[in-house]
Amino acid sequence: MDDVKRKYVIPGDVITTGPYRAEENVHLHGDKIIATTVGISEIYDSGVRVIPLTGMYIPRIDDFIIGIVKSHTSLSWELNINSCYAGILPAQDVFGRDFNPKVDDLTSRLKTGDLIAARVANSDRSRDPLITIADRDLGKIEDGELLKISPSKVPRLIGKRGSMIQTIESATKAIITIGQNGYVVVSGEEPEGLLKAIEAIKTVEEQAHVPNLTERIQQMLGSNSE
Amino acid sequence: MGVKKTDIVLLDENGIRCDGRKINEPRRIMIKAGVLKNANGSAYIEFGENKILAGVFGPRDVHPKHLANTDRGILRCRYHMQPFSVGERKNPAPSRREIEISKVIKEALEPALMLENFPRTVVDVFIEILQADGGSRCAALDAAAVALADAGIPMRDMVSACAAGKVADTIVLDINNEEDQEGQADMPVAYMPNLGKVTLIQLDGVLTPQEYEKCVNTALEGCKLVYEVQKKALQEKFFGDDAK
Repeated sequence: MDDVKRKYVIPGDVITTGPYRAEENVHLHGDKIIATTVGISEIYDSGVRVIPLTGMYIPRIDDFIIGIVKSHTSLSWELNINSCYAGILPAQDVFGRDFNPKVDDLTSRLKTGDLIAARVANSDRSRDPLITIADRDLGKIEDGELLKISPSKVPRLIGKRGSMIQTIESATKAIITIGQNGYVVVSGEEPEGLLKAIEAIKTVEEQAHVPNLTERIQQMLGSNSE
Repeated sequence: MGVKKTDIVLLDENGIRCDGRKINEPRRIMIKAGVLKNANGSAYIEFGENKILAGVFGPRDVHPKHLANTDRGILRCRYHMQPFSVGERKNPAPSRREIEISKVIKEALEPALMLENFPRTVVDVFIEILQADGGSRCAALDAAAVALADAGIPMRDMVSACAAGKVADTIVLDINNEEDQEGQADMPVAYMPNLGKVTLIQLDGVLTPQEYEKCVNTALEGCKLVYEVQKKALQEKFFGDDAK
């Protein structure tokens, strides 16, 4: 992975020509590989992709996301997942196999505005993405502060092998849950740490393109506590 | 439109036009991306005396629902002139001209957008003309393309537009308002610079086949100049000082 070539691109920029695999956010035109969004292009091994710097969240199977309950039908909840499609959370997921729409009232478990840690179970062109909470650590989020960041900046907030998020968590003693869709929940016992964590996350979002950001955040949190 | 013949000199003997430009010189172009907070993407353009704001929403749910396409996303476009954008107050209701320009802008942007990735959704483009000079459809298209890129909607290529025309029997680049009204022909062209494809070409006036070819080529040169400005606007917003 050392010989990754990076470049800033805008839609229409020819990243490279030749026998490369066109991966995310690029399209093949003849033998040219062209960027389709504003971002940073990466050429590695035999593949080419663009890491977007803007745009909506596009649900992908197995993504960990945070959803906000928008409404419900008699069989499922509709979640706002910061995408152009609404997430569908079936009632069986919450009530279990013996769910009966005649007896069970969906609002007894999840109300409009509730936050949910969930995973994308299925997502294809033909239907709205199916969301599940049937796994460990998934389900309703009881408390915390919701932050909305651009989904394209989620990888930066997590950092290399989680370095950024670990830095913030250990310096502020806050617990941070990051959804791939750009929704972040910050919770913690200490209100001061909470505020500092929120500030740090906002800084990461604003300065996502700055190099050595983890060190800067470290400095910022370190100097604040003195 | 009942315009009186004035005695302005459209092209003097030194090849200088009524606003002091040379034959193949465009007006001043300035684009700024991401100027609106509430829109998903936005851009502001000053193209000569044109001042235009473009905002993009989407992809998002389609309302009314019957317009949705299960196979691909749809594009909606609104070109609108503010009442104060022209000399005499313009009725803010959409006129025949605005409806037509909305349609041609939509059709000029559509080939560049990869809407097949977003079935059952819509991308809305709103264009407000704050101040109009000649060639506002091209300037509007330029701003809309930057706003779409700013919104992160996948695009095959940028769309750059510029007009050319015939004034005093000469083919000139980027027609202004006086030249539009007094001149002999006006040809707006939109172009995808990296794919080398034309997405809009209109012609108002009469040209010989040779003039037509020269006019298209002149306009394409203009599009390439516009593309550089669009590129700079996006780089400034997203990469800041890092852009080489």
